Amino acid sequence: MNRYLVRLALVFAVTVGLAALLPASSLEAQASKGTIKIATQSPLSGGQAALGEGIKLGAQLAIEKFRGGLEKRGFKVELVPFDDQAKPDVGVANAKNIIADKDIMVVVGHLNSGVAIPSSEVYKEVNLAMVSPANTNPVITDRGYPNVFRICGRDDVQGVVGAEFAKGTMKVKSAYVIHDKTAYGQGVAEFFKADAEKKGIKILGFEGTEEKSNFDPIITPIKAKNPDLIYFGGIYEQAGPFFKQAREKGVKSKFLGPDGLDSSDLVRIAGKAVVGMYYTSVAGPVSVYPQAKQFAEEYKKKFGKNPEPFAAQAYDSAAIAIKALEAVTKTGKAPTRDAVTAAIRDVRHTGITGTVEFDAKGDPKKALYFVLQVAGENPEKWSDNKEVKRLSIAAPPVKK
Amino acid sequence: MDLPLLVGIFPQVFLDGLILGFMYALIALGYTMVYGVLEFINFAHSEIFIVGAFVGVEILLGMRAAGWLEALPWPLVLLLILVAGMAGAGLLAVSVERIAYRPLRGAPRLIPLISAIGVSFFLQDLIRLVESIWRNAFNLVYPTMDALNHRFELTETIDVSVKSLVVIAAALAMLWALHALVNRTKIGTAIRAVAEDQAAASLMGIDVNRIISLTFLIGGAMGGAAGVLFGVQYGLINPYSGFIPGLKAFTAAVLGGIGNIPGAMIGGVVLGLLEAFAASYLSLLTGGAFGAEYKDIFAFSVLILILIFRPKGLLGEIVRERA
Repeated sequence: MNRYLVRLALVFAVTVGLAALLPASSLEAQASKGTIKIATQSPLSGGQAALGEGIKLGAQLAIEKFRGGLEKRGFKVELVPFDDQAKPDVGVANAKNIIADKDIMVVVGHLNSGVAIPSSEVYKEVNLAMVSPANTNPVITDRGYPNVFRICGRDDVQGVVGAEFAKGTMKVKSAYVIHDKTAYGQGVAEFFKADAEKKGIKILGFEGTEEKSNFDPIITPIKAKNPDLIYFGGIYEQAGPFFKQAREKGVKSKFLGPDGLDSSDLVRIAGKAVVGMYYTSVAGPVSVYPQAKQFAEEYKKKFGKNPEPFAAQAYDSAAIAIKALEAVTKTGKAPTRDAVTAAIRDVRHTGITGTVEFDAKGDPKKALYFVLQVAGENPEKWSDNKEVKRLSIAAPPVKK
Repeated sequence: MDLPLLVGIFPQVFLDGLILGFMYALIALGYTMVYGVLEFINFAHSEIFIVGAFVGVEILLGMRAAGWLEALPWPLVLLLILVAGMAGAGLLAVSVERIAYRPLRGAPRLIPLISAIGVSFFLQDLIRLVESIWRNAFNLVYPTMDALNHRFELTETIDVSVKSLVVIAAALAMLWALHALVNRTKIGTAIRAVAEDQAAASLMGIDVNRIISLTFLIGGAMGGAAGVLFGVQYGLINPYSGFIPGLKAFTAAVLGGIGNIPGAMIGGVVLGLLEAFAASYLSLLTGGAFGAEYKDIFAFSVLILILIFRPKGLLGEIVRERA
């Protein structure tokens, strides 16, 4: 009994002693205030991994560069990358994991609109902010969700930019439109088609396909109809083999497509078939942004390769997220998702791809649109692609 | 409707369908031969097929890096990758049989089937793992050989490329060789004997295990050849590229009558033609209401119709007589 009492007293003394020490030790290690996590969601495996990895690495670079301010306030800042495999179901499953992790304050992503739309429904449940570097489908922001932002342009403008270029500069009279049946590809193809028809370009066909390897049966009718232009609304891993096979089968039409073609993998796959072709984009190559030069050098030094398109946009998206986080932690209190989401709305950020200010829907007030031309057959030189045209256009109002 | 256009593209679509069909036929042989001997569907065959394509592209990329691709005449290069693809895929098929199917030979019918599905997933991700470590790439591009892309213009809208002719010639040659092997040689007799009755065949002094291995070797080699031709023809492969062609080829085997070698060839060609015609003509005939994306629905609807009236396939299933 006596010994038991002694032990009890000892335990009590140690506990009190530790408690007395605690404030002192927490002053030393400031990290005890908690961790702030920024998640990325993009395809890190599969055929679109080249772009998806660029998004992750761009965000990583920004977090490493700008987290100092938050760390001074006693927060640990971490990147948590998720692989959505460019598949809607995987994106949604990841999103559920993301909202379950209370430390994740912002999501930077996705690459594919078809993945971002259902995933952002999940983020909305907990008002978790999503800042998109690349999603161009109008639906993303037209739903009016308070937690959804993007820093790039929209397909209802991009399709029109493409149609205008086809009519005005390329002087085509007829076009054949192919798309990949995703929210992104079909969406932008439909906007292109509608505006091209309005401008008097004859649409000889409008075809969707999920085919990835054998395009012969689609190409044969195109070749017979011999359009001046083929517009491919989709992503490079599908457009690449299509363009290559079309040229091999002797199709002479010019090619045009949206920003989904904007990857060095396009020439890696299609080779000389796509040299000289035009594509529209919401993300210019790094060389068109003077402020991005240093970013490109750091990126190359750290990761051993040139930044893919949208890496610079992901860098800016993460920087915006950190800016908002800094704003809500001014008092030293831990941030909440609601506060961060509200703070992003007010951020005015001059990043490496220009100045971003969000409108009420989460679109940038002014977005840049580019027409670019594939410069050569060497995939390493993709960022040398020539800028043919640059437009700054405000987001259109929601159509009721 | 634009009648001259519809008629004008007919030969081209027919040719495209034929090429696709022969490719399906070559893959279907792997399914049908294994079924004929073991009465089981080797679902890993679609991966064995794509391994052939990967062996081919690796050799081509290696040769290009060494500068041999331009130096050597293209028929030699093509022959080399065909043989290598066949060897790689054939040996893989034999090892899969040895490791995943033979230990289960006495088990109920569904057990090896599940094992096959497991092997299929395993191989997909194994290829992906190896390629991502080795080349850090998901999609691999077949290097273009200009001589193969040369086209003969028959009319203004119809032309044939050298590689299309090569695919058809190679497929026909291999189908003929297989037919001769099975029907006119001693080994072929042994294969047919094992297919008919394993116990009786072994009593006649046939080593059943060896014949079954041989069946996998031949079926795998045909699949590997199809893989190389697939890569040469369409240019881009990834670890999952085998799945859909494999499924279609399996369908072709059933359509022709599973277990029946000429049936697999006919089933493959019929399916290839149906698919090509559906993809090219659906949107032209319906004014865009149904596009090329409905090609599989159309092709498979026709298949269901055929199988309703001929449930054993076009040429009939080869059914063993049981004692």
